[in-house]
Amino acid sequence: MLAKRIIPCLDVKDGVVVKGVKFRNHEVMGDIVPLAKRYAEEGADELVFYDITASSDARVVDKSWVSRVAEVIDIPFCVAGGIKTIDDANRTLQHGADKVSINSPALADPSLITKLADKFGVQCIVVGIDSYYCEETKQYQVKQFTGDEKRTVTTTWNTFDWVKEVQERGAGEIVLNVMNQDGVRQGYDLEQLSRVREICKVPLIASGGAGEMQHFADAFNQSDVDGALAASVFHKSIINIGELKQFLKQQEVAIRL
Amino acid sequence: MIVIIDTGCANLSSVKFAVERLGYKVVISKEREDILGADKLFLPGVGTATEAMENLRQRGLIELVKQVDKPLLGICLGMQMLAEFSIEGGAKQAEEPVPCLGLVPGTVSLMEPAPGQRLPHMGWNQIQPQSDHPLFKDIEPGSYFYFVHSYALPVGEHTLAECDYGNAFTAAVGRDNFFGVQFHPERSGKAGAQLIKNFLEM
Repeated sequence: MLAKRIIPCLDVKDGVVVKGVKFRNHEVMGDIVPLAKRYAEEGADELVFYDITASSDARVVDKSWVSRVAEVIDIPFCVAGGIKTIDDANRTLQHGADKVSINSPALADPSLITKLADKFGVQCIVVGIDSYYCEETKQYQVKQFTGDEKRTVTTTWNTFDWVKEVQERGAGEIVLNVMNQDGVRQGYDLEQLSRVREICKVPLIASGGAGEMQHFADAFNQSDVDGALAASVFHKSIINIGELKQFLKQQEVAIRL
Repeated sequence: MIVIIDTGCANLSSVKFAVERLGYKVVISKEREDILGADKLFLPGVGTATEAMENLRQRGLIELVKQVDKPLLGICLGMQMLAEFSIEGGAKQAEEPVPCLGLVPGTVSLMEPAPGQRLPHMGWNQIQPQSDHPLFKDIEPGSYFYFVHSYALPVGEHTLAECDYGNAFTAAVGRDNFFGVQFHPERSGKAGAQLIKNFLEM
């Protein structure tokens, strides 16, 4: 049976792992390679690296660390950040990444999703979506350039429309990051995830809000996501991945132990 | 000598690193003398069948790979290329089946997941290997391996391991000296490392 995935996310800035609260105030969490190795040994199913500065700074993610990670890690990992062209994606994959994730560049040029899917196959093209629930308008909005608060903009895309659009264009997986919940550890936005799940035919990864083990169980059992991504609870050792997976097994979630 | 065939597809280096982690030396090459002189070969693949077969053709590798008489392991798309045909063509299905290497019988086709199952089939799934095959030495039935694909080879007479996602499909295949695995052993933790070790010790 296909297992639900536990995915630690490592936000990378200037070659080190950082974590902010609601995308702000980044604090250094540690070096990339030892952290990646620790997560793999604890039983992570996959890793995601986001170069959170890359898209906003108009530069390609520094690739040297991708090779260093690929050398020591024996689980899959995905690299996101500043991948705007086929060449960018090709370089990242050549360095040993298994998947590439695009976010802001897909919003700037949605045809990029199709170009990448045709070249590399839909299975290694992930689209990250930063979704924000606006209390005033009661709308779910897609945000762009979230790596830099000063440059973050609200796009004209409604989250659900964008989820449909990226699938039609060839996205092989969607990471839905609910910005309202990010870094505050109050639980995933189950309502939004369930609504996206209904229209999402490709694997869906929940992101933003994990604070305790029950939050993961809820995302799997209530919103039927394929994977759950989290950062601070793992970096700060609030949750141990091995213990989390034991807990999920008891909650009857299909999990790889 | 262990050779990873330079198919021009991405992801060659993760296979290289996985072999090196086991303590073996390995070279990435598309040269005739390396490929025909190798003791063990890997045929990796990421991308689409259309793209990958075109890469092989441009590099003059199609006839060369068919001449190999030492154990060769195709990985993921590399396994699918061993089949006769594939219908994979990128964001959409290929208009006509893409001719592949024809080293194992069968046509690679789009998977048909059960309701509530998604495509691509992405993540860790359990396999049921044929008992006693050296490729699966010390690997328990039900072990998890990492899969990322939407197309698969149906179960056939050369299937060495099955996996189930909607329908049973070929997770590993072997005919004569040509072997293939649909999953990524280089990304499948300890079980994956064991499989690569088994292949190298065959």
